[in-house]
Amino acid sequence: MIKWSRFVGFLLIVVLFFALAVPTYQGIWKGITLGLDLQGGFDVLYEVQDSPEGEKVTDEGVISTIKAIERRIDKEGVSEPNIQKEGANRIRVQLAGVFDQSEAKKLLVQTAQLRFLAPDGTTVLATGKDLKPNAKYVSDQNTGAPQVAVEFKDPDKFKKITEDYLGQPVAIELDGKIITAPTIQVVIYDGKAVINGQEDVKEATELANLLNAGSLPFPLKEISSFGVSPSLGEGSLDMTMMAGGIAFILIFVFMVVWYRLPGLIAMIALVMYAYLLFATVNFMGITLTLPGLAALVLGIGMAVDVNIIATERMKDEFRNGKSTLSAVIMGQKRSMPTIIDANITSIIAGILMYWFGTGQIKSFAVAHIISVLATFITAVLISRLLMQLLVRSNIIKNKWWYGASREAKGGAAK
Amino acid sequence: MVVRRVERSEGRGCEVKFDIVKNRKWYFGFSILISIAGILIMLLMGLNLGTDFEAGSRVQFNVGQAFTEKEITEKFEANLKTIEVSAVQEIENYGAVVRIAKKITPEEENQINEYLNKNYKNAAPQISSIDPVVARELAEKAIYAILYASLGIILYMAVRFEYRFAIAGVISVLQVVLVVVSIFALFRFEIDITFIAAILTIVGYSIHDTIVIFDRIRENLKHYKVKTVSDLENLVNDSIWQTMARSINTVLTVVFSAGMLYLLGGAAIKHFSLALLIGLVTGAYSSIFIASQLWVAWKSRELKKA
Repeated sequence: MIKWSRFVGFLLIVVLFFALAVPTYQGIWKGITLGLDLQGGFDVLYEVQDSPEGEKVTDEGVISTIKAIERRIDKEGVSEPNIQKEGANRIRVQLAGVFDQSEAKKLLVQTAQLRFLAPDGTTVLATGKDLKPNAKYVSDQNTGAPQVAVEFKDPDKFKKITEDYLGQPVAIELDGKIITAPTIQVVIYDGKAVINGQEDVKEATELANLLNAGSLPFPLKEISSFGVSPSLGEGSLDMTMMAGGIAFILIFVFMVVWYRLPGLIAMIALVMYAYLLFATVNFMGITLTLPGLAALVLGIGMAVDVNIIATERMKDEFRNGKSTLSAVIMGQKRSMPTIIDANITSIIAGILMYWFGTGQIKSFAVAHIISVLATFITAVLISRLLMQLLVRSNIIKNKWWYGASREAKGGAAK
Repeated sequence: MVVRRVERSEGRGCEVKFDIVKNRKWYFGFSILISIAGILIMLLMGLNLGTDFEAGSRVQFNVGQAFTEKEITEKFEANLKTIEVSAVQEIENYGAVVRIAKKITPEEENQINEYLNKNYKNAAPQISSIDPVVARELAEKAIYAILYASLGIILYMAVRFEYRFAIAGVISVLQVVLVVVSIFALFRFEIDITFIAAILTIVGYSIHDTIVIFDRIRENLKHYKVKTVSDLENLVNDSIWQTMARSINTVLTVVFSAGMLYLLGGAAIKHFSLALLIGLVTGAYSSIFIASQLWVAWKSRELKKA
């Protein structure tokens, strides 16, 4: 007799999933961080060098340099920069998105050492460290020329400098180059000064930003660089998503035609797989790169494989003359060790790739492991549940619908 | 419910199938030929290493129309004084890849970007450059990643199955990797970090295929009486045919995925997808015709001694 409760259970699971997935998948997709190879940007590896004054690079020095770089990037308004220490004295900077890559790189490596020099050209009276981080572009009231307004943390220090060198030129030097050398005409009590000599507003603004971010403790040497223009990245993403979509359709047709009901259930599980996958990537804040995306697309094949294994076992049971219910249960039971063994090797490979790999291999490994886990939840657990609910409902009893061939039916008749 | 052995045996054995196992020396011979050819190709032609593994610089951009390598080289060196082009390669859709032996400086990279964006419509440049030290490190790490992943798989399979299964499985995977690498060498396709990702994927899939067959063999060992080499051969032959539909259908589904990635995917993963296609098909063949046969050949010697 037909057990409607089982069939309703089956429908309920499917309907509830789509009710959850359809309103949220757009948000999930938009919330995923795309790697620079999918949206443009650059990935640069710098080596921190000993300073020209002979100061040795230290661990704290590297960390200070990273902090200075972070402050500079904040000024650029680039979304989600990734800056991290690699090894003992390397810094990796990854910026994704649409922005002027040349300007950003230039800004990163400029040491921005500002110094106030006595008239003898060698005595350092003050440095950028003595300034408050509130430098800003201003224009000269009389001439309109671009300038940078700065303020000393300690007004008395600046007062003393202006007293000591009244009537003499005090040079302002940036990265070893004198940009201006005004003659001090009055004693300044409020600690405020302006730096002139900039070519235009852009240059003045840049200097202000550099001063506010602070100088780099050590110079950086670029040892590796990878840059993608935004339009190339966009193209890759669109095309890859289209490829994934068409692959899904082809697999769908193949599975439903060849396996019928088990194929249909496998494809429902596959949609759940894709949803769970992207939700996990979003939730864990994983950056999706091109190889990572390819691993996910290929995970489609691996997820389907699990159902193919189970369904082929069912067909074996049909050939042995089993009833529909018995064949489904035994097919699932017999195929489980195979599926577990196959997927554990994938996880082992993924973990070792992550541990010993670097950069893109790590990214690939993470996507791969998540893919395997998502496969297990959807293509194994849920699709089995759906299959058993359906077969136990007795709505459809003909073996043909469960993938058995007609010859097998004839064989059973013997 | 106890499954009656007679019924099972009849159901499985009644069909006449090509005897894969007994013809194994042909596959072994074929594999040896392929391996020798592959090694010769790699030695003679060398690998076209991308900037991930070979220091230097690489500039990829859209030319937008037909061009010659000489033409690109001349224009580059005429407009960019400090740059000496070492190779130009044509890629799909009127794309060009320019290789420069040295690592370009940030200033030179800016000059290249300005030059390309000014002279080529929709150039969409992608530029990478790498220091010799970093290139060597990347290459080493990639190799270690593959070696350790393979070792992990061997250990797991040795525990779950038997060490002969594990070694047979990995040997067949190595054959697959050799085929893919030698085809890339033959056609001068670039080998970069995404190629390594493809190889790792292929390793994973090939092991999957092999495990399904090995698992069936292990299961059948509990039901068949194996006393002679002939018994062993029949058992393995049956096991392979029992899993044949799965082997074929699975490779079809992943070929759909990799095929679509190859035909429609972005230029960056065109070769990645090609490597997958070659590897997945070769992997299916290797799992069926090589892995199990190696185990049979090995196990047979043990039976003969007994």
